[in-house]
Amino acid sequence: MKNVVTEAKLLLIGIPVAIWTLLPIYNLFVFSISSKDEVFAGRIWPEHPTLRNFETVLREQHHFLGHFWRQLGNSLLIAIAVGVITLLIATTAAFSISRLKTRGGRTVLNLALFTYFIPAAFLAVPMYKAMGVYGLLDNQWALILAMITIASPYAIWVLKQASDKLPFELDEAARIDGASPLQLFVLVYLPLMAPSLVAVGIYALLLAWNEYLYAFLLLSKPEDITLAVALGQFLSADDSPWELLMTTGLLYALPPAAIYYVFKRYMQTGLTAGAVKS
Amino acid sequence: MSTLALPQAKSLTPTPKTRMSPWRAWGLIMLAPYMLVFVVFVVYPVLYGLWLARSPSNYVALFDDPIFDNAILNTLIFLFVAINLKMIAALLLSGFFVNARPWIKWLSVLFILPWAVPSIPTILSVRFMLNPEWGVVNQIIFRLLGEDGPNWLNDRWLALSMAMLVHIWKSLPFWTMIMIAGRLAIPKDLYEAAGVDGASKVQQFKYITWPSMKQLYLTSTILSMIWTLGDFNSVYLLTGGGPADLTHVLATIGIRYLRLDQINLSMATIVSSMPLVLPLVYFMMKRLSR
Repeated sequence: MKNVVTEAKLLLIGIPVAIWTLLPIYNLFVFSISSKDEVFAGRIWPEHPTLRNFETVLREQHHFLGHFWRQLGNSLLIAIAVGVITLLIATTAAFSISRLKTRGGRTVLNLALFTYFIPAAFLAVPMYKAMGVYGLLDNQWALILAMITIASPYAIWVLKQASDKLPFELDEAARIDGASPLQLFVLVYLPLMAPSLVAVGIYALLLAWNEYLYAFLLLSKPEDITLAVALGQFLSADDSPWELLMTTGLLYALPPAAIYYVFKRYMQTGLTAGAVKS
Repeated sequence: MSTLALPQAKSLTPTPKTRMSPWRAWGLIMLAPYMLVFVVFVVYPVLYGLWLARSPSNYVALFDDPIFDNAILNTLIFLFVAINLKMIAALLLSGFFVNARPWIKWLSVLFILPWAVPSIPTILSVRFMLNPEWGVVNQIIFRLLGEDGPNWLNDRWLALSMAMLVHIWKSLPFWTMIMIAGRLAIPKDLYEAAGVDGASKVQQFKYITWPSMKQLYLTSTILSMIWTLGDFNSVYLLTGGGPADLTHVLATIGIRYLRLDQINLSMATIVSSMPLVLPLVYFMMKRLSR
């Protein structure tokens, strides 16, 4: 009897939690399988579910979607570039600070952390202005470089934490064997750090794919913008095809969600452990 | 912190006195890319921005702007109401999710979705749900009560509340995960001993769970405040700052000035929010570099 009561109590929490979590995502999905007329009927499930919206989006058959594939490609390329370059910059920096004990490394780490804690929305305006000075506005490198700037501090910090845990005897042994710093880095350090590298690379990649504010400040040409910005542009007109917006949104949301679940184990050990230490 | 500096590690490596050892040279080379990024994309923009906002008249204009004053109020409400609600919910929900049941395991996988999915599509989805005429929320209200629901995003306080709900919806999973990690770190035998002694659930929470989690809770709250200060999307994509620019927060109003070509005011906004940001940043830096 006591068991039944406990289960009932748990369900009493679990069901509202499930509804709260899924409602906006469910609504997104229902929009994407509703025809234009049914969108405004406000039904829980459309009377005639259709995949027509997906066809329209994938074939770029609406003027809002004229560059869908191009913009999807932009999002992908920018995310990959940010992931790879952040990884390069952060790994070498963490190696230098943690293993080579470079003088001033501690200061660099603190400066990076400071940057990490200044909300990115506040850095956006000066960054936008500086990109103008550098002549990079409307150039995809502006977004790539901006996202690298935002992603690296946390990446360095997480990698430095992970790196400190490797035994120092390894370095000593490598030095005594006459290994060069570069050999130590490539042959010993990188393989041992692999799980954290995956976590950090995915972190930077997802950050760039999901970014809206910087992307819409720094890019404007229809063939340059990312899918995130394209989604925001639907809001500029009153007669926008909402069902197509939601369909595009769903397509845009699927890859990062899939990546997140595939790499969940890495992400959780690598990132949440580092996110908050008490 | 896991390690203190290892002073003896340095003395083990004999460094040639005449020129820089390859180890030190490589150390600098490998640190250089980040330093370059930092100088070019953080130091220069910030200094340039400060220079743009140097004139005191910017600040006079800013504080004379009722939209800015509202944005400060909204930001403070956002910080104190939304974050406390979110953290309390995360703390309590973590107690739910540590129950070992297969269906709770599945639910926890679903529960992460708002965090794993990019914010634009889901925030826009909420925006459509709240449409007064054809949104699903008002349709349900009409069916249940036979009355028209409110115009959610057309009233200042309702719209701000909805933006806070969207913010909570998006970030609750992350903080719940952190709290779950915190709860799982508490030794189980403490609870067993308490159970033997006949302690109630409330007493267990008060004397075991809370004392071991309060540090984590405080750190999380501060970190969440910093992140929430920079939450541009929840407000901008849901309300666009409207109705009549009444729901702006500090993160969106800076961008609003930028779009109106008032870059000086935009920078002044950021400088003006530093008294709010810097103490929180200082706290976090202290905590992390211990």
